[in-house]
Amino acid sequence: MKLFLEMFPIALMFAAPIVIAALGGLFSERSGIVNVALEGIMMVGAFAAAAVTVVLEPVTPAAAWIGLFVAVLSGMVFSLLHASASINFKANQVVSGTALNILAGGLTVYLCQIFFRQQRTKAFSSGLQKITVPGLSDIPIIGEMFFNGAYPTFYVMVVLVLLTAFIVYKTPLGLRLRACGEHPQAAASMGIDVYGMRYFGVVASGALAGLAGGVMVLSADIQYTVTSIHGTGFIALASLIFGKWNPFGVLGAGVFFGFSQALSFYAKDIDFLAKMPTEFFYFLPYVLTIVALIVFSGRSVGPRAAGEIYDAGKR
Amino acid sequence: MGKDRSKITVPLVAVLLGFITGAIIIMITGKSPLGMVQAMVRTLTGFDIYGRSSYNPYYIGEFLLQSLPIILTGLSIAFAFRTGLFNIGAEGQLMMGSLAAVTVALLLKAPFGFHSLLCLLAAAAAGALWGAIPGYLKARFNVHEVVVTIMLNYTALHFSNWALLLFGSVDRVKTSEFPASASLASKFLADMTNGSRLNWGIIPVIIALVLYWFIIEKTTFGFSLRAVGFNKDAARYAGMKVERDVVMSMVIAGAFAGLAGAVITLGTFNFGRVLPSMEGYGMDGIAVALVGGNAAVGVLFSGLLFGMLKAAQPLMQSSQIPREIAGIIQSSIVLFVAMRLGIEALLDTLKRKREGQK
Repeated sequence: MKLFLEMFPIALMFAAPIVIAALGGLFSERSGIVNVALEGIMMVGAFAAAAVTVVLEPVTPAAAWIGLFVAVLSGMVFSLLHASASINFKANQVVSGTALNILAGGLTVYLCQIFFRQQRTKAFSSGLQKITVPGLSDIPIIGEMFFNGAYPTFYVMVVLVLLTAFIVYKTPLGLRLRACGEHPQAAASMGIDVYGMRYFGVVASGALAGLAGGVMVLSADIQYTVTSIHGTGFIALASLIFGKWNPFGVLGAGVFFGFSQALSFYAKDIDFLAKMPTEFFYFLPYVLTIVALIVFSGRSVGPRAAGEIYDAGKR
Repeated sequence: MGKDRSKITVPLVAVLLGFITGAIIIMITGKSPLGMVQAMVRTLTGFDIYGRSSYNPYYIGEFLLQSLPIILTGLSIAFAFRTGLFNIGAEGQLMMGSLAAVTVALLLKAPFGFHSLLCLLAAAAAGALWGAIPGYLKARFNVHEVVVTIMLNYTALHFSNWALLLFGSVDRVKTSEFPASASLASKFLADMTNGSRLNWGIIPVIIALVLYWFIIEKTTFGFSLRAVGFNKDAARYAGMKVERDVVMSMVIAGAFAGLAGAVITLGTFNFGRVLPSMEGYGMDGIAVALVGGNAAVGVLFSGLLFGMLKAAQPLMQSSQIPREIAGIIQSSIVLFVAMRLGIEALLDTLKRKREGQK
């Protein structure tokens, strides 16, 4: 039990970028655009955050937060490529997203070479710091789990989950967004701007995935390298399916994957797991994802029109 | 006629736009795109357009070498595409194929030539098996193959790293060298290209290209696969076994990718390698398949194109252009090919407008 409590902050540190990126995927897919580019957008966000943090660190203590802000902006700009390709130019959305993933790997390292003359950004010295909330951290168990030595990004994640749920389910904007993902022709007949809503969905996913990348590199790494994101965007995509395109489901799935990743750090302290080779824990999250997909296969249904090219003339 | 023409012109225009994009990015970042042109010409022909160094066929050899595995992963992705499946898992299938090749090369003793054949077959079988997983899950549980294959890529990476270390390793990065009987190295080809790493891996690649063409174009099985790719429900109604076709398509796609793993391991390196991350052969294959229009001849040419781009990387780096420009150009080409529907529609409207003015 004590070990479980110790694992909590680490698991939540891993969960934060997964959940935030998956929320991004939620906006995009709810609007009808499948976004497998989450991984690539995260890479761009991570590069931007790391680069800005390195440069501003000597100047201001808020460097990491400015870095996150720039990560959001660069994620939005990068996602515009996916939006225009798949909305205006009717590209296959999976192919376009894959192109963005390849592009992100090339572009970020290219820029590293231009700015830092090496394959990676320079190392930043502090990144995001763990915080302990005074007062709340003294609450038994819960204090230990959520308020003692947690990364501030965890609170950002919780706020974003609530905000997403509110926007998607309680506002006219959310209703229109979902309509575009379910039946865009019907939505258009009610006067909704399908193209506009889809742009909103994809750019929102760019903002969130960019943020997720920044969060990830600034909390779990010391610099950006091409392997900094190592598939987290794809796990986010799986969390979205696993969480049935619902913000709270996504939260649950993301925390689950966070724990499976944290396990590799704590396996040596757990008797029956200590004998396993470390590589086992490296691929465990991916195998669990497949198992989860099989278990939920029949029941999980995504937005009906997601992935389809919008044809205004179709009935 | 119009459709046939667009099959060739669209990829060509996309390739051109991709290189222009690359050149613009090089210029924005304050370098000279001439360095890129020089690197590519030298890689393709062995000649230096600056005239600073003499003709060297080494570059041609390395360019062909880089094309071999990505032609195979290109075939893998193209094969699945034909059945309407998107195989992002070629990378993982390749790694499992590579692992199988290492296993047979190190543990088995067999006469010269026969040994390498066994390695190639084992690699194809391992890739096929790894491809069968997403195929089966798609057919039986309707789980989307894109997510499953991505997950299997990471699983294959970590699993094969673990397994390779069981063979004993040098510094935990590579296994011991294979016996000569398993190697694909070719003194003849290397001598011809001034000591490049070009090797007999060229033969399985040619066989695979012919096999691909034959299965897709000349057999009823291939016809059935394509029918499923065009319209699943219609194919089912016509009595085709859709589930079987989905699984078999992924099995064969996996076999092509697995073969690529053997060609790299037995030909280029001659030892098993523990990898820190994926090398992108699967992603290259996506570009190769898309630009090649999922046909054997197209895959051959686009494989050569992207092989050239990969082989030109070191030369670009030496003229101060970051080597990653290759990935940027490649992904822009993929993006432009993907946008063909939109571009065609745009051209149509322009044409109509112009005719309207007359």
